Amino acid sequence: MSEKVLMKGNEAIAESAIRSGCLCYFGYPITPQTELAAYMAKRMPKIGGVFLQAESEISAINMVYGVAGAGKRVMTSSSSPGVSLKQEGISYIAGADLPAVIVNVQRGGPGLGGIQPSQSDYFQATKGGGHGDYHLIVLTPSSVQEMADLTSLAFDLADKYRVPAMLLADGTMGQMMEPVLLPEPHDVTVEKSWAVCGTQMKREHNIINSLYLSPEVLEKTNFERYERYKQIEENEVRYESYLMDDAEYCIVAFGIAARVAKNAITAMRKEGIKVGLIRPITVWPFPVKPIREAADKVKGFVCVELSMGQMIDDVKLASECKKPVVLCNRAGGMIPSVDQIIETTKKMIEGGAR
Amino acid sequence: MKRVTLFCGHYGSGKTNIAVNYALALREKGLEVAIGDLDIVNPYFRSKDSSDELRAAGIEVIALPFANSSVDLPSLPSQAYSLVQNHARYAVLDIGGDDRGAYALGRYVPYILEENDYEMVYVVNFYRPLTTTVQEAVEVMGEIETACRMKFTAIVNNSNLGAETTADDVRATMAKAQELGRVTGLPVLATTAEMSVAEGDMIPLKLQKRPFEA
Repeated sequence: MSEKVLMKGNEAIAESAIRSGCLCYFGYPITPQTELAAYMAKRMPKIGGVFLQAESEISAINMVYGVAGAGKRVMTSSSSPGVSLKQEGISYIAGADLPAVIVNVQRGGPGLGGIQPSQSDYFQATKGGGHGDYHLIVLTPSSVQEMADLTSLAFDLADKYRVPAMLLADGTMGQMMEPVLLPEPHDVTVEKSWAVCGTQMKREHNIINSLYLSPEVLEKTNFERYERYKQIEENEVRYESYLMDDAEYCIVAFGIAARVAKNAITAMRKEGIKVGLIRPITVWPFPVKPIREAADKVKGFVCVELSMGQMIDDVKLASECKKPVVLCNRAGGMIPSVDQIIETTKKMIEGGAR
Repeated sequence: MKRVTLFCGHYGSGKTNIAVNYALALREKGLEVAIGDLDIVNPYFRSKDSSDELRAAGIEVIALPFANSSVDLPSLPSQAYSLVQNHARYAVLDIGGDDRGAYALGRYVPYILEENDYEMVYVVNFYRPLTTTVQEAVEVMGEIETACRMKFTAIVNNSNLGAETTADDVRATMAKAQELGRVTGLPVLATTAEMSVAEGDMIPLKLQKRPFEA
């Protein structure tokens, strides 16, 4: 199908996953991502796939662990509190070097929080979340089209590097409806010689495991895994640079915050203020290089987030604190407004950002 | 014009928007109107978003007490019975999507059938991925009818691609809508389109503003 359809972000993730060869979905309903599970429940039985509503998020992620070990494309989804429950399983999947896709349609926290959109799971997604030294590839969609495109990419990257990948969205992305061109159905092309899917008496048993009782061996697996992470950092950084050529000030924002930021930039440019945007599409690996380069050109950074300020740490690190970095944020399910971004930017300019 | 009008259909086919527009249109004719937001499925976008505008127009809004309060508690208000029991005014019912949303309607069905002065409208958007064909649209229809134990009496074609919709996109679905009418034996009451898009005999709709749109 090459024609556009009108979809909710949550549905776009589901359909894109199916078209990417994901025939196994395990989840547990939670607002604001429930449409994803509902879509899977409707579609999977019709196409010979598996939809299973587990008894909890913990069992859902461990079902993902199992299917990933068998070498099949598999996905689970939830929203913030549910993703916290999945962290142990995510760490095991990372520790067993398995590809899987985890979707977090974030809502306000901490705790049970609320059901309105948020970006406050940034630290959890990019800095660990579970225990041990590991990373997820973390993709942040900013439109329903990207919900579809990045889901497809998440499966490809997860397979390519044998790492779990996360789609880090938020309640607005999950709920909003936009026209979308769905990816063509495509097959998995990566050879998974490590999968546990029967030896046919032709090879040694494969073992899926994250337990290493010898510290020397465990250290070696960590070192080797970080070599792969290095490749990911070199090859898989994705970002959008918007009106940065002549920019004197740089907004850094992802997801819904980047959409609001673009409107603020349009308004400020009309007033003659030269503002641009760097929108990370991968937040791990973080687009360090473009921000470091911008730090030599611009007079200051404004980090727009739906949190108490999490990505701002990565912006400060990437810019090596060469220029001021200020925060423009709302939390708990609130979204920064265009006016708030303009006001924060002007305040930074008046404050003598150089 | 029936006293009770119910809008049901697949998720995201535009039920809420049409219900709000229809209630306002009835009110413009000087009629007493109440609108019931009985969507127990989706806590995000709903008729209650337009409650200020509706109330200002003199329309009574009956909504879930916790809708839009960030409490995801799908309870139905006791006042909702007045929609089906108070025959002195027109009632517009906005029902949640799919069969899941239609379950909430069940408890009001005996009153609606007893009064027997209703139109149950199937709202369809052929650009929605699970209702792109006539056959799929018929399937969803059957699921809703089974869930709420009422039969549809009419169809409204609200096919659109959101902000990218053109009049040609809408026109391209009219044959499908007629086919759906033929297959089900139901009249196609109208093809609707957003105001700036509507032309010819399309019924223009004012879009409901969403909370995140400035």
